[in-house]
Amino acid sequence: MKRTLFALFLITTLLTSFACERRTNGTNGAGTGTITVGYYGDLSGRTSSFGQSTKNGVEMAADEINKAGGINGRTVQIITEDDQGEPNKAATVVTKLINQDKVMALLGEVASSNSLAAAPKAQEAKVPMISPSSTNPAVTQVGDYIFRVCFIDPFQGEVMAKFAANNLKAKKAAILYDFNSDYSRGLYQFFKRSFTSQGGQIVSEQSYTQGDRDFSGQLTAIRSAAPDVIYVPGYYGEVGVISNQTKQLGIKAPLLGGDGWDAPQLWQLGGASLNGNYISNHYSVDDPSPAIKKFVADYKARYNILPDALAALGYDSMKVLGDAIKRAGSTDGAKLRDAIAQTKNFPGVTGTITIDQDRNAVKPAVVLKLQDMKFVYETTISPEGSAPASSSPATGSASTGTAVPAAPAGKAN
Amino acid sequence: MDTFVQQLINGLNVGAIYALIALGYTMVYGILRLINFAHGDVYMVGAFAGYYIALKLGLAAAPSFMSLLVVLVGSMIVAAIVGMIIERFAYRPVRKYSRMTTLIMAIGVSLLIENLFVARIGAAPRAFPDFLGSQSQPPYHLFGNAAISKAQIIIFLVSIALMLVLQWIVYKTKVGTAMRAVSFNLNSAKLMGINTDAIISLTFAIGSSLAAAGGVLTAQYNPNIDPLMGILTGLKAFVAAVLGGIGNIPGAVLGGLLIGTAETFVVGYGSHVGIASTYRDAVAFAILILVLLLRPSGLLGSTVQEKV
Amino acid sequence: MPTFLKRILGLVIIVVLLVVANAFMSREGLFGFGLPYYYAEILNLTGISIILAVSLNLITGFTGQFSIGHAGFMAVGAYSSVFMTVYYSESLERWLTALVGATVAQSLVFICVIIFGALIAALAGLIVGIPSLRLRGDYLAIVTLGFAEIIRIIILNIDRVGGATGFRGRVPPWDGRPLIPQYANFIWIGGFAILTIVVVRNIVNSDTGRALVSIREDELAAEAMGINTTHYKVLSFVISSAFAGIAGALFGHFRQFLHTNDFQFIRSIEIIIMIVLGGMGSITGAVLGAIVITILPELLRKLPGNLYSYRLVIYSALVIVIMLTRPQGVMGSKEFGLSWLKRPQRRRVGDTAVGEKGVPIAQQPATAAKEIEQGKKHA
Repeated sequence: MKRTLFALFLITTLLTSFACERRTNGTNGAGTGTITVGYYGDLSGRTSSFGQSTKNGVEMAADEINKAGGINGRTVQIITEDDQGEPNKAATVVTKLINQDKVMALLGEVASSNSLAAAPKAQEAKVPMISPSSTNPAVTQVGDYIFRVCFIDPFQGEVMAKFAANNLKAKKAAILYDFNSDYSRGLYQFFKRSFTSQGGQIVSEQSYTQGDRDFSGQLTAIRSAAPDVIYVPGYYGEVGVISNQTKQLGIKAPLLGGDGWDAPQLWQLGGASLNGNYISNHYSVDDPSPAIKKFVADYKARYNILPDALAALGYDSMKVLGDAIKRAGSTDGAKLRDAIAQTKNFPGVTGTITIDQDRNAVKPAVVLKLQDMKFVYETTISPEGSAPASSSPATGSASTGTAVPAAPAGKAN
Repeated sequence: MDTFVQQLINGLNVGAIYALIALGYTMVYGILRLINFAHGDVYMVGAFAGYYIALKLGLAAAPSFMSLLVVLVGSMIVAAIVGMIIERFAYRPVRKYSRMTTLIMAIGVSLLIENLFVARIGAAPRAFPDFLGSQSQPPYHLFGNAAISKAQIIIFLVSIALMLVLQWIVYKTKVGTAMRAVSFNLNSAKLMGINTDAIISLTFAIGSSLAAAGGVLTAQYNPNIDPLMGILTGLKAFVAAVLGGIGNIPGAVLGGLLIGTAETFVVGYGSHVGIASTYRDAVAFAILILVLLLRPSGLLGSTVQEKV
Repeated sequence: MPTFLKRILGLVIIVVLLVVANAFMSREGLFGFGLPYYYAEILNLTGISIILAVSLNLITGFTGQFSIGHAGFMAVGAYSSVFMTVYYSESLERWLTALVGATVAQSLVFICVIIFGALIAALAGLIVGIPSLRLRGDYLAIVTLGFAEIIRIIILNIDRVGGATGFRGRVPPWDGRPLIPQYANFIWIGGFAILTIVVVRNIVNSDTGRALVSIREDELAAEAMGINTTHYKVLSFVISSAFAGIAGALFGHFRQFLHTNDFQFIRSIEIIIMIVLGGMGSITGAVLGAIVITILPELLRKLPGNLYSYRLVIYSALVIVIMLTRPQGVMGSKEFGLSWLKRPQRRRVGDTAVGEKGVPIAQQPATAAKEIEQGKKHA
């Protein structure tokens, strides 16, 4: 017994002497060497196509910055970690990036659930984090070091509801959402609230899971409800097929969606069946503006595929970060955080980005019509009045079962 | 009424695919008492094999039933080879060990295939070429709103054809008799001079090729293919095999059709009785649990007396 | 020294060690030094994995019932305990703080919610176990998998615990704590890990344990010998689910965030791999397996750029290779007991200790290696 204990004691002491570090109060931001930026995302799990797309955008942006001479003479280095799409692992890799790799800023994550798991770590360590595409309002509420460059769910859901009610004059809508996806559920709930508050009626609510192959059951049920429009706030993989199956079932109502539709594979999967549908988005890949054309061309040359919305957002998140570092003149956590918060009218490929006091991006949404394998500009819908009220605590609907979601405090509709 | 018929058609369509995959599960289990966890991934491999064959041969530009046939046969052959490789190098060495070991091995193989594909070609979904023009052709109307598309008809016909071929092989040929003998009692079959190893390889080959057929056919209906598509479908097909009576070939077909229809009906009508369509995946598992509790041998299976 | 004093001394030493370790891992560190947070996190997660592996080993390794739904019970324990903490524990904590001070109050509340989580998980184990344990082998495995998925889907649909967004704290309009407090630290996790090992070891070495092993070896024979197999199977299942629930509660209060994506099928598979790697039927094996499988993926992160994307391929290949070369796992069904250090020296009064082939040990060439060899055979 004594021998074992002694052996254990020896081993433990040896290990700890190798593995300990001095506890300091310093943060990662100090220094004037290479700018280390941590990127974390799902690179091998169910949603890895999103993580990989975003990573492509981030890396291309970093390369462009470095080719142009870096930021204040410092080169940018992206350190990537795979979280396999699990929130627990997202928290672990962010700890590693902050603690072992000593990154000065973080880019990630795509999914709000993973961002929520990891953001407290960034906040605590005072490392600014910019999420390229987490849309749940709760993410930036974690703390003042957490930012995003994309729309939040309440905004996008409303945009489409307004478009449906005002432009398409729809009175009845059906919804088909991805119930496993926080993004899809968020959009569904805010669309529903906004549409009903404008006098519309939701005649059918159906759901599917990402990876489902067959939607005929849900679509047939929707068909018998005879809606004017169908809101499908999901991702391109399923939406393309849904659009197809809709036409095969003889459903004439147009489909409405969000930026999750935006990917080159959408056309391959949906083809001509997509004509006549609409989406809300930050920009259009067919936008003739030279900056966007250059982005699309460079991306295609580098990765051999057209960029999707996630790649564009990843690109913008890195560019916004780079711009903030330049303005701050340093990578010190607090200074960098302030610089990011002061981003105004930054010309990103996903729109002109201004960060508001809730650390969310304010940019107008465009509604695009899908026609002949292209997104055609239809109209622009600006954010409602000024930026959304900062006291809204809604973290998604508080509904039970199919009950109507409770109205969040203080948000005018 | 037309909605009901529509849902029925949809359900049978989904069920036919489950049936094709379930056949592979049931045959392998009948012979080896092994749940081949990697079978769902063979279904995925079949779909991708078809995709790459179509790509290499440039068949997407010339969509026709013939092209589909070429792609189908090609992917079936590839999947058969993959199935045999898995059996030879992963399952055969551990056959003599405990059931848990073979189960873990099956899981390991499944993970290996999935991760290999994701690492090599990325997890982004790809669009399988449309050989039947289902994207542009309108469906055939039956009555009211009920419609059946060309793709659905072809899926039915090809599935039925394959199942009939299987039936013929198993019941009317010498190899088939050998397969049945091995599934009754491996050691006795060996004593009768049957090359059990070869028969087992053949079983894996046939089962895998059927799964691949399922993969290619389902890709006609839903062209979205990605490396992780086999997991859930595979599991549900397993449930179908158990429902019908594992080890029983007509049972697998029946089970597949039932699970497909049940799922579609729950999704389509569930909201009327308070089951949200979000519980769709739970349906298959709930059916599994009920079957195993009430009639563990499955609908068409026979109870095996355990000898002490 | 009387045994019970020895026991208490042992307990005190363990607690002191845990407190010291925890201080070393904390923010302030010990005398200004600390373990890097990343390693500290891995250590804590390893502790939780140990609880999961050892408890699964009880039902799968010792009782021989394949259960691949362990993540489901972990989820039940995690969500129910965190639910309690977030929605119903604030007033209790305040009242206790006024009574006994903050730290003690928090610990008491934490103990309560852990017990609650364990009970709910045990209840789930009962509900799942009673119908399922009639089945054998592979069927049981699939049914437990099915139940775990159903549990996960049900939790996913409950908005009050976060739904698809995840559970960080109260969900409006319900009232409660805005954030999950971090109750769990290494003292708790390490303490419960040790507790799990001790409890399972005691069960295994008792009459109940022998009954369980007999069920594993030959259920029909056990039944014929008069052992109520259903009773023991369910008992073992419920106990193992309860501990999974404890692990879940610790996990929830450590991570301060819960999401069903952390409790998927792949998690159950990871725990199975832990005990298979370590050796089913060996508690030491389960601990070793838990340590290796938790640390390995983190080590694989160090792979250079182009190999990095293959790390999961390497991981799965490793599983296959181990199944091919040493399917009984590292420890087989042996324990890292101290008995094999002692055996060659033990001498029964009046007997000459006998080694292999019946030759008295004293007469055999006494090389250390040979003694250990014999000890191993006896163990």
